[in-house]
Amino acid sequence: MSFRPTENTSSASKLALEIKGISKAYGRFPALKDVSLQAHDKEFLALLGPSGSGKTTLLRVLAGLEEPDAGEVRFGGEDFLSLPVRERKVGMVFQHYALFRHMTVVQNIAFGLTVRKRAEKPSKSEIKDRVEHLLQLVQLEGLDKRFPSQLSGGQRQRVALALALAIEPRMLLLDEPFGALDAQVRRELRRWLRELHDRAGVTTVFVTHDQEEALDLADRVAILKDGELVQLGTPNEVYEHPKTPFVFDFLGQACRMAGVVEGGRLRVADWESEAPKGAPQGPVEVFFRPDEVAFAPADGTGLAAEVFGISQRGPDVRIDCRIGGEPMELQAHGPSLPPGVATGLSVRIKPLRPKVYATG
Amino acid sequence: MTAAAIPTRRRRDLNLAPLMILASAAVMAGLILMPLVVVFHDALAKGVGAYFAALKEPDALAAVRLTLLVAAISVPLNAVFGVSAAWAISKFEFRGKSVLLTLIDMPFSISPVVSGLVWVLLFGAQGLFGTWLIDHDVKIIFATPGLVLATILVTFPFVARELIPLMQQQGADEEAAALTLGASGLTTFWRVTLPNIKWALLYGVLLCNARAMGEFGAVSVVSGHIRGLTNTLPLHVEVLYNDYDSVGAFSAASVLAGLGILTLVLKSVLEWRHSGELSANRKH
Repeated sequence: MSFRPTENTSSASKLALEIKGISKAYGRFPALKDVSLQAHDKEFLALLGPSGSGKTTLLRVLAGLEEPDAGEVRFGGEDFLSLPVRERKVGMVFQHYALFRHMTVVQNIAFGLTVRKRAEKPSKSEIKDRVEHLLQLVQLEGLDKRFPSQLSGGQRQRVALALALAIEPRMLLLDEPFGALDAQVRRELRRWLRELHDRAGVTTVFVTHDQEEALDLADRVAILKDGELVQLGTPNEVYEHPKTPFVFDFLGQACRMAGVVEGGRLRVADWESEAPKGAPQGPVEVFFRPDEVAFAPADGTGLAAEVFGISQRGPDVRIDCRIGGEPMELQAHGPSLPPGVATGLSVRIKPLRPKVYATG
Repeated sequence: MTAAAIPTRRRRDLNLAPLMILASAAVMAGLILMPLVVVFHDALAKGVGAYFAALKEPDALAAVRLTLLVAAISVPLNAVFGVSAAWAISKFEFRGKSVLLTLIDMPFSISPVVSGLVWVLLFGAQGLFGTWLIDHDVKIIFATPGLVLATILVTFPFVARELIPLMQQQGADEEAAALTLGASGLTTFWRVTLPNIKWALLYGVLLCNARAMGEFGAVSVVSGHIRGLTNTLPLHVEVLYNDYDSVGAFSAASVLAGLGILTLVLKSVLEWRHSGELSANRKH
C-alpha cells in the first residue's frame, strides 16, 4: 500500500473543528458514544468504520441534520450546535447525491446562491460566472442543461460537489462520496477530489467504509467502531501502529495466532522471538499481515508450515498453508515465488512485524 | 418471430386473448358505456330545448353553484391538509405516525352516511353543540357549512394517500441538501418539495374534486334537501327523479357525467405525464 507523504499539518496549523464528548442514541440504540476529535484548518479527515459504526451520524451532527444528546461541537471557536443547519455554511455531499431532480445542472449548482436573502444574494451575472467557474472546476462544461437523471453516477457526484462548493463552505462534509460508483471511476475521482481539496483549501470531513480510500486520501483517519472512536492518526500511524486487533483487521488483511509473552520473549507455537516493544505480558493474540513474512527451509527457524496450494492473484501470489493444523493464507509479491516454497513442501515462516495484543 | 417458433402453449394463450378482450369490452359496454348513453339519451328525450330549459331552471343553477362552492372550499383545504400530512409522515420520524396514517384512511373505510351523521350528532338541533349553536344563531346542519364539513371528511384521504408513497420514495435527502445550502424551511418547500410532487398533487386534487362534487351519502344526511338552498347537484338529481321529472333529473345527471368524463380525461393525461416522471425517478 502506498501512502501520501505525511504533511506537516498536525502541530503547527490551528484547530478548526473540535468535537467533544458527542453522544447520540436512537431509542435504545447508541449510535455515538462520547466521541471526541479535532480537525485542523484545511485538513482532510476521514471517518472510517464498518456500517453501524456511527460515522454517518457524526457527519450529520456536524451538518446540523441530527442533534446529539450530549457533547459539544466548535468550529473556528464558534459553538456550532447552537447554529441552525442553514447558518452553518457547510457543504454536504450526500451518499446518493441528493441533486434536485427537477432542476438542470446549472440550476442545481446555483441553488445555494439563489436562495440567499436579498441583501446577500449575488447578482445574476455574478451567479452565472460563479456557476461557470464551478462547472469548469468539476469538469462538466457542456452538461449545464442536463437534468440529474441524464447524468452518469460519476457526473452526478461531481455536480453534487459543485453544489456544495458553490456556497463557499467553511467546511466540506462528504458521506461515502464514492460509495455508488464502480472501481475505475472511484479511483479517478478520488485523486481528483484530493486535488480539488488542496486547491479549494477547505477543511474536509469524509465518511467511508473503504480503508484503502481513507488511507489513500486523508491527512488523518479516525476509526470508529460501534459508536466509539477507536483510533485517530495519520494513515501511516494507524496502519503501522494499530491500537486494537479491530483496527489491525479493518485496515488490511490479517493473520492471527495465539501466543504467550514471558520475560521479553514472544512464543507462538514452536517459534520464539524477541517480544515487540511494549508488548503485554501473558497470553496474547499475535497479528501479522499475510505479505509481511519471511520464508525459511524446514530446518530453519520460524513457524512450521505446510504449503498445500499456490495460486497467482494478479500481481501477487497467494500461498495457502497449514500452521499447527490451522489453514492460513499468506501472500508474496510476484511474479516469482520465494525460494523453497512449493506445493506439498514444509517450510518455516517468520512474521516480520508481528503486533501483539493482550487476549481480551 | 415466426408462428412456427411459438410453442403450442403460447399459441393457445394467443387464441384466448381476443376472446378475453372481447369479453371485457362487452362488460365495459354493458356496465359503463350503456348507463352513460342512457343518461344523455333520457336527458335529451324531449329535445335539446327541454334539456337546456331544465339546466337553466333556478333550482338547477343553484345546485350547480352550491356544488362548485362546496368543492371550492373543501378541495383546497384538503389539498393543504394532504400536503402537510404527507410531508410530516414521509419526511419526519415521530410517535403516533401509524395512528395518523390509520386516521387518514378512516374515511375510506366508514360509510359516507356515518361521515354525514357525525356532524348531525355534533351540530344538529339535538346534537352536542346544538343548543349553543341555536342560541348564537349559527347554522351548520341544513346549511352550507354542514355540506362543506361532510364533504371534507369524505374526501379527506385523497390527496394525502396520493402523495405519501411518492414522498416516501423520494426520501428527505433533497430537503436536507437544500437546508445545508442555506435555504429556509419555506423556501425548501416551495423550491424543492413542491416541484417534486406537483403532478401527484394535481392528480390527488383531481380525484378529490371529483369525489367532492359527486358525493351523495354524507351530504344527503346534513343537507335537509331544501331546494335552491342546500341541494347540491347529486341531491338535486335525486329530488327531481323522485318527482318523476326524468328530463330534469337526467339533464342534471348529464352535467355530473360530463364532469366525470372530464376528470377521466385529465386523469389520463396526468397519468401519462406522471408516469413519465416516475420512470425518470427510477433511472436514478
